[in-house]
Amino acid sequence: MIFRKFKQSFAFSAMWLACGLTVAILLAVIGYVIIRGFAHINMDFFLTAPRGGLSGEGGISSTIIATLYLMGTTLFFATPLGVGAGIFLVEYADSVRSRFVQKLVVIARFGVETLAGVPSIVFGLFGYALFVTTLHFGFSILSAALAGTCLVIPVIIRTTEEALKAVPNSYREASLAMGAGKWETIWKVVLPSAITGISTGIVLSAGRIVSETAIFYVTLGGSYRTPTSLMSGGRTMALHVYYLAMETRAFDKALATGAVLVVLIIILNLVINTVSRWLST
Amino acid sequence: MTDKTVMKTINYSLFYGSFKALCSITMDIPVNRITAIIGPSGCGKSSLLRSFNRMNDLISGMRTEGSILIDGKDVCSADVVELRKKVGMVFQRPNPFPKSIFDNVAYGPRIHGIRDKYKLAAIVEQSIRDAALWDEVKDDLGKSAFTLSGGQQQRLCIARALAVEPEVILMDEPASALDPVATLKIEELMEKLKSRYTIVVVTHNMKQAARVSDYTAFLLTDLERSGNLIEFGPTIDMFTNPTDTRTEDYISGRFG
Repeated sequence: MIFRKFKQSFAFSAMWLACGLTVAILLAVIGYVIIRGFAHINMDFFLTAPRGGLSGEGGISSTIIATLYLMGTTLFFATPLGVGAGIFLVEYADSVRSRFVQKLVVIARFGVETLAGVPSIVFGLFGYALFVTTLHFGFSILSAALAGTCLVIPVIIRTTEEALKAVPNSYREASLAMGAGKWETIWKVVLPSAITGISTGIVLSAGRIVSETAIFYVTLGGSYRTPTSLMSGGRTMALHVYYLAMETRAFDKALATGAVLVVLIIILNLVINTVSRWLST
Repeated sequence: MTDKTVMKTINYSLFYGSFKALCSITMDIPVNRITAIIGPSGCGKSSLLRSFNRMNDLISGMRTEGSILIDGKDVCSADVVELRKKVGMVFQRPNPFPKSIFDNVAYGPRIHGIRDKYKLAAIVEQSIRDAALWDEVKDDLGKSAFTLSGGQQQRLCIARALAVEPEVILMDEPASALDPVATLKIEELMEKLKSRYTIVVVTHNMKQAARVSDYTAFLLTDLERSGNLIEFGPTIDMFTNPTDTRTEDYISGRFG
């Protein structure tokens, strides 16, 4: 009896320890970056562009613009494709009778699962080979956004699939029994019920674009000038952190940029929470 | 049978793949009457009911023989949208959409092309009144349908079905998920609705069939587990003087 009690309290202590350690490590990382980083942040840091050079002078204005520009462009391509594919896989794929299409669907499902686990640099190399060189888009927002689209599409497809599967079948039946067509049912009943989950996937993808480095290293170039069009290259904040840390002596500025990134990711997560709460009421 | 019929099945059989779920059913659905379909679990009651508005079409591998007529025309060759507009359905569990009470009832008219705000409001009010729900929700039409109780939700689903002005309303055990008081309200409502609509109701509850229906169809599975129509006739005859011993055994509670 005493031994069982001992086992019980031992298990609990172990779990408490694991949990506590995890939180401690997390807080240490975020705390270190934010405390060290915020010391170097002022208005100028946001408003001036990097000036390059070994000492890493200047701020991060152009990298903020490049990050947002790239995020917007990527989601512009990825959202309709990913959500559309997710809708097809859940709502239509099983009702297609053709053997050939069914084979394709099996391959597509397998492909989505595999792509979700492929390292981002591989998408980068693909993007470099296809968009940057073969299609002559060069190092540009366009090349990076297309490569980024390949990267986040599996995320959007899977979250869309999960969200659609969570919609009770009784909604579809009720709508069809009223004489609604399949698309009417999806558009007016299923999608509004699944919108929370779908938007979560989109915001997750936005976070992915903000935080990835390797893939954009080989597709966006690294120019610290402000991008002015889809065809101009650029440098996202995450890339800027990499450049500052590896190629300049301005490690403090790398930390400061990192701190801004961390805050941005936290904001994105808060957006997910509020959007899903707002949409589900 | 002296009543006019609105729908009829003629030697209707239904297959799911190689499994024969319904075996050569022939019966008439009399207009402005409540027809109950009874029988033990798995005898094909719901399959038969869902054949009337072709909801079985959604199941892959489904195949039929024989025919089901509505107003003399075969449902299988009819436009499915038109058919389901004529033949509405209420499900076992209340399944309102996650929308407001108003939008739930306006859903049907909207998809069938009614855009005019005043016309929609009039249809919604009339349908909710007909479903005996108006006094309970008239001030809360903008509220989510999920704020209603189970019984109210089911009456809302009936209102939603009424809003497209069907001829026939199919009800698949409409009260089995409700408490006795809510069940009674649904039954009273059915009684009221039959002056304008034809109702076909599947029920597990024999007392309910005896209380509300004018005609009863009794289904039973044969040795191959296919549903067969054992007896069909006026409810009063069936419950007082069944012609088939199996019917007598079932309604007297000897099995099922």
